[in-house]
Amino acid sequence: MKKNNSNIFEITFEAKSINEGFARICVAAFCVQLNPSVDEISDIKTAVSEAVTNCVVHAYPNGKGLIKLRCEIVGNKVIIEISDNGVGIKDIKQAREPFFTTKPNEERSGMGFAVMEGFMDTLSVENNQNGGTKVIMSKCIAAEAKLTVGE
Amino acid sequence: MHIKSKIYKNTLYVLLCGELDEHSATHTRSTLDSVFSGGNFNQVIIDLSELEFMDSTGIGVLIGRYKKMKARHIPIFITNPSTHAEKIFKMTGLYDIMPKIV
Repeated sequence: MKKNNSNIFEITFEAKSINEGFARICVAAFCVQLNPSVDEISDIKTAVSEAVTNCVVHAYPNGKGLIKLRCEIVGNKVIIEISDNGVGIKDIKQAREPFFTTKPNEERSGMGFAVMEGFMDTLSVENNQNGGTKVIMSKCIAAEAKLTVGE
Repeated sequence: MHIKSKIYKNTLYVLLCGELDEHSATHTRSTLDSVFSGGNFNQVIIDLSELEFMDSTGIGVLIGRYKKMKARHIPIFITNPSTHAEKIFKMTGLYDIMPKIV
């Protein structure tokens, strides 16, 4: 695989739970070009599902809105941005704490950000200036390194 | 999500088939509550061999069922988790309340 490998895709879809599966399948299919392991793809799919679920559950209290998903490949790294134009997160530091949830009566585990952080290499969460939240996470796919070692 | 169940020798066996995420959570909750409400059993074994995907929403669903069964003093056990599910269970500490059995 070439070191200067790069590629981008971007989609926008409605904040509906049925689109969670769609989003994770899109990212997984896009990442196939990096020759990831089954475990790496599972990690990425789970992290994407967590981020999209956050948008669906928390961003739009009136139930209507859009989610933007941008995925970029740089070398053997995949960078995933998931953003919405919703209400934003009041206290990001608190929201990222394991088991914290603003909806304790809905059987929420409060582990969404912890799972994203644990399954990806990097995670940043920020409120957009014009409202809404943007999650950026990245993961290096080790396939290239494995091939190099084997050669 | 498709859920199969049967009772054998006082154990309720539940097989989760498909994907457990926010989209399927409501259906999974209500189906499990319905299955748990009928028949005579003193423990539950949830088989995840047919579970194709799960995120932390699934953990919330399982913890909710654990609380309901705990009130009836009925333990829940997990069997046949995928590597992926196992990773989430260990991260969230789910095995502390729903031990894994082989």
